[in-house]
Amino acid sequence: MRSIRAAAVGAVTMSFALALTACGGGSSSGGGSNDSPKTLTYWASNQGASIAVDKQVLQPELDKFEKQAGIKVKLEVVPWSDLLNRILTATTSGQGPDVLNIGNTWSASLQATGALLPWDAKNFDKIGGKDRFVDSALGSTGAEGKDPAAVPLYSMAYALYYNKQILADAGISKPPATWHELTADGKKIQAKGKTTLGAEGSNLSENIHHVFVFAKQHGADFFTSDGKPDFTNDNVVAAVKQYVDLMAKDKVVPTGDAEYAQNQSVSDFAKGKQAFLLWQSAAANLKSQGMSEDAYGIAPVPVQSGTPGTGAQVNSMVAGINISVFKNTKNLDGATQFVKFMTSDDEQKILNKAYSSIPPVKAAQEDAAFNSPSNAVLKSTLATSAAALPQVASESQFETAVGTAVKDLFADAAAGRAVTTDSVKAKLEKAQQQMPAA
Amino acid sequence: MPSTPASPMAPPRSFLWSRRIFLTLLTGFVLVPVYVMLSSSLKPLADVTGKFRWLPSGLTFRPYIDIWSTVPLAKYFMNSLIVAGAATICSVVIAVFAAYAVSRYSFRGKRVFTVTVLSTQMFPGILFLLPLFLLYVNIGNATGIALFGSRGGLILTYLTFSLPFSIWMLIGYFDSVPRDLDEAALVDGCGPLGALFRVVVPAAIPGIVAVAVYAFMTAWGEVLFASVMTNDTTRTLAVGLQGYSTLNDVYWNQIMAASLVVSVPVVAGFLLLQRYLVAGLTAGAVK
Amino acid sequence: MTATALEEPVRKTSPGAAREPRRRPGRLRRIGLPYLLLLPALLLELLVHLVPMVIGIVMSFKELTQFYIRDWGTAPWSGLDNYKVSVDFDAPVGEALLHSFFVTVGFTLLSVALCWLIGTAAAIYMQDTFRGRGFLRALFLVPYALPVYAAVITWVFMFQHDNGLVNHVLHDQLHLTDKPSFWLIGDNSFYALLTVSVWKGWPFAFLIVMAGLQNIPRELYEAAALDGAGMLQQIRRITLPSLRPVNQVLILVLFLWTFNDFNTPYVLFGKSAPAAADLISVHIYQASFVTWNFGTGSAMSVLLLLFLLVVTGVYLLLTSRGRRTADA
Repeated sequence: MRSIRAAAVGAVTMSFALALTACGGGSSSGGGSNDSPKTLTYWASNQGASIAVDKQVLQPELDKFEKQAGIKVKLEVVPWSDLLNRILTATTSGQGPDVLNIGNTWSASLQATGALLPWDAKNFDKIGGKDRFVDSALGSTGAEGKDPAAVPLYSMAYALYYNKQILADAGISKPPATWHELTADGKKIQAKGKTTLGAEGSNLSENIHHVFVFAKQHGADFFTSDGKPDFTNDNVVAAVKQYVDLMAKDKVVPTGDAEYAQNQSVSDFAKGKQAFLLWQSAAANLKSQGMSEDAYGIAPVPVQSGTPGTGAQVNSMVAGINISVFKNTKNLDGATQFVKFMTSDDEQKILNKAYSSIPPVKAAQEDAAFNSPSNAVLKSTLATSAAALPQVASESQFETAVGTAVKDLFADAAAGRAVTTDSVKAKLEKAQQQMPAA
Repeated sequence: MPSTPASPMAPPRSFLWSRRIFLTLLTGFVLVPVYVMLSSSLKPLADVTGKFRWLPSGLTFRPYIDIWSTVPLAKYFMNSLIVAGAATICSVVIAVFAAYAVSRYSFRGKRVFTVTVLSTQMFPGILFLLPLFLLYVNIGNATGIALFGSRGGLILTYLTFSLPFSIWMLIGYFDSVPRDLDEAALVDGCGPLGALFRVVVPAAIPGIVAVAVYAFMTAWGEVLFASVMTNDTTRTLAVGLQGYSTLNDVYWNQIMAASLVVSVPVVAGFLLLQRYLVAGLTAGAVK
Repeated sequence: MTATALEEPVRKTSPGAAREPRRRPGRLRRIGLPYLLLLPALLLELLVHLVPMVIGIVMSFKELTQFYIRDWGTAPWSGLDNYKVSVDFDAPVGEALLHSFFVTVGFTLLSVALCWLIGTAAAIYMQDTFRGRGFLRALFLVPYALPVYAAVITWVFMFQHDNGLVNHVLHDQLHLTDKPSFWLIGDNSFYALLTVSVWKGWPFAFLIVMAGLQNIPRELYEAAALDGAGMLQQIRRITLPSLRPVNQVLILVLFLWTFNDFNTPYVLFGKSAPAAADLISVHIYQASFVTWNFGTGSAMSVLLLLFLLVVTGVYLLLTSRGRRTADA
């Protein structure tokens, strides 16, 4: 009797819920409107040393925009740890910002959700045309053959930052150009009681960026040309192993770095404990930690042999931030106007200087500030030897699955366990099987 | 609280010794993190980013000043206070009504009610995180009542987290309040609600305080739902505190100072009211 | 099925209810009032727990990936696919789920056992008065009172490899290890998680047992003492049996809380927990939020719920039967 009553209650609940779900179902597929033309909400990513710094950088520019266009922009700086989740919930609920920054590697994944405004030729014309942007940056704005889901905002590239004093003390005259040289230098550096190279072993994105470049250098890709995961081919395995071996075999990365995930390796470098740092556009970051610009130099990231270039000579991913418009914005025109403003030559110069990144806008790149010796390295890397991460819909899953595999391998290495071709392959196999079937 | 000696005889020496050892070890276990939190919050940054040291190289109160500007801590504090406070009040009032009904009346569906409410305790939060979020969004779209992203939505969510335990505990407590008391009140002409508020509630204050403390703590420390259901203006402390570690350098001294600051209200409240808590549990839940 | 646990309060109320007809007010009001009193609680439970749970169950039959989250009503039905993927223990997803499940069960059993043991021991040791008892009692409750975030982040600070207190003490000061250990990654992360969980959880057991001890009549001890029972015997023959009903609930509550705990592992390890400490709640969170596959995530949650229902049911059945025979 009791159970019958319970079942009845359950059934009522169930039908109530079904009724709700039937009439609900995410956002109405509104295609954007101009219902509230006077305001915009903008989610910025955390580019500066802290969220407060970002607000200081951006607010004056937003005020400028308000004066020009009469549109008030409500700024929210979202920490990286939250950003993807926030975008995801905004996508699901349809209640999001009008304009937002996204990590450029997410472009294809977010494009697949259909939540972002596609930048077809007509939309691009509103902001001055596609030709204003450099090609490498445009390569990270969405899947090939589709209208981009985003517009490049800041470009960054990896470089090898080196501490001049430590190198001099160790009797090293120039920064290493190949991985072999780097490990050889490491012995001299460690003999002087300093550590060689930093890594963020528990940071999934950092792991991905590095193994991606190593894979390129081994002539391999994580995805086949038709977008299927291919993590276990021998060259990918060798590439991942080479990266982890920097800690496991070559011992140039200290084991403690295996648990780093919050840019501790940048701090180690800034404090003069460590000779090298592989980082993207670290200048502003290092400055905020009190390292003087004279104390370090910037060199291209090492390659296997020879000099950086295309193909197997790639030595950086195309890093950067894109700006997107949320499809169901209530201020479509204003949002487009704001993107135009943010990608205008003047704003590009101001913002990229503040964040020590490189403008993806050709005209802005001419500015002298982006042609200093240090920026020249980043600029030429972007122009000649950087490759875009795979622009596939499952990119974000790839970051998680393979990033975690590398994190686990670092944990093994740190614990003194052997990292072998087999163990690397096993981890990657598991990662591959966790990828969505499509 | 009255002491209840375990035995009228004096306890044997071996018992005393083992007690001394056990309690000393336990005190150490409990205290070390508390000490670390306190001492680190008074250390200069160099002390907390280098090798651990038991004693600070110098005392500084800077972290306690900096925490307010590094992240908008005051705003988060306010949000947490509003959310946890409102959730507590609502939860207690609702639990008092429900517990009174279960304790004093017999009616059809009583068992189904208690079983259903209690069994929600076993739901993994992760199961209904996304559905709840969708539900709030849809209610918002359909009625214009903003639940998602608002404090109201969070208050609703949190109060149901503590509700089952609160109802269960108060049922036990109300059962222990002599029925003759409300009978008398009813004879005196109070309605059932009058009896509840004039007689039962005053007699059950320890139980109600215990429930309130529990409800407040539950709401104050929750991370998962807060991280999905809040935005910049409604962010609560539990999520907001993560702001200290997104910086380029992890300001551990500030994190510790902020952790301490956000802990003070709950810990102080808890310790002040713990007598009630034990008394409430004794008469209610564990009886 | 959980009804057995609730037998008691229900039984207690019946005399009061029986006396009810003596009162005058209208029959309708008398019948309506209890429902009215329950209404707010019922509505809220429906809104926040039950309806979302049903939606969750519906979602578990859908192919809810990134392509459909924007308008999830249009996501295609996938039948039992999400469940098949979750329980195919030969394939990595199922295997990882099973692994996570075993880790969680092991962790929960250990944590609950330790919490209960420490809590009960402390409560019994502190049963009679001694100097500083009040102070200690307050102190012991601090870990429980601290907000989870604040407490766990402090442990993260202490567990760091290079600069943490734990390695400083174990390695630098006591020389117990050859080299500093990793606590937040790798195999040790299990013990790190267990430590934090016990540190935060035992005061709750302490609190409940302490309250339970107050209800044991003093005469029982006196009688036992007259019979010549020693300290240990008194604990075994009087204290522990008297605590049985308290323990029945305490252990169940601790089990459910620990098993479903999300906050502790999430703050301790972040979004991707090390395999050794891959608790199921974080695992499901990752399966749904990080890989954007909410259908599979929901299927996993439903399986978890079924498991908890079975465990709770069996537990209550066993313990209440044990209790009944003990009473007889």
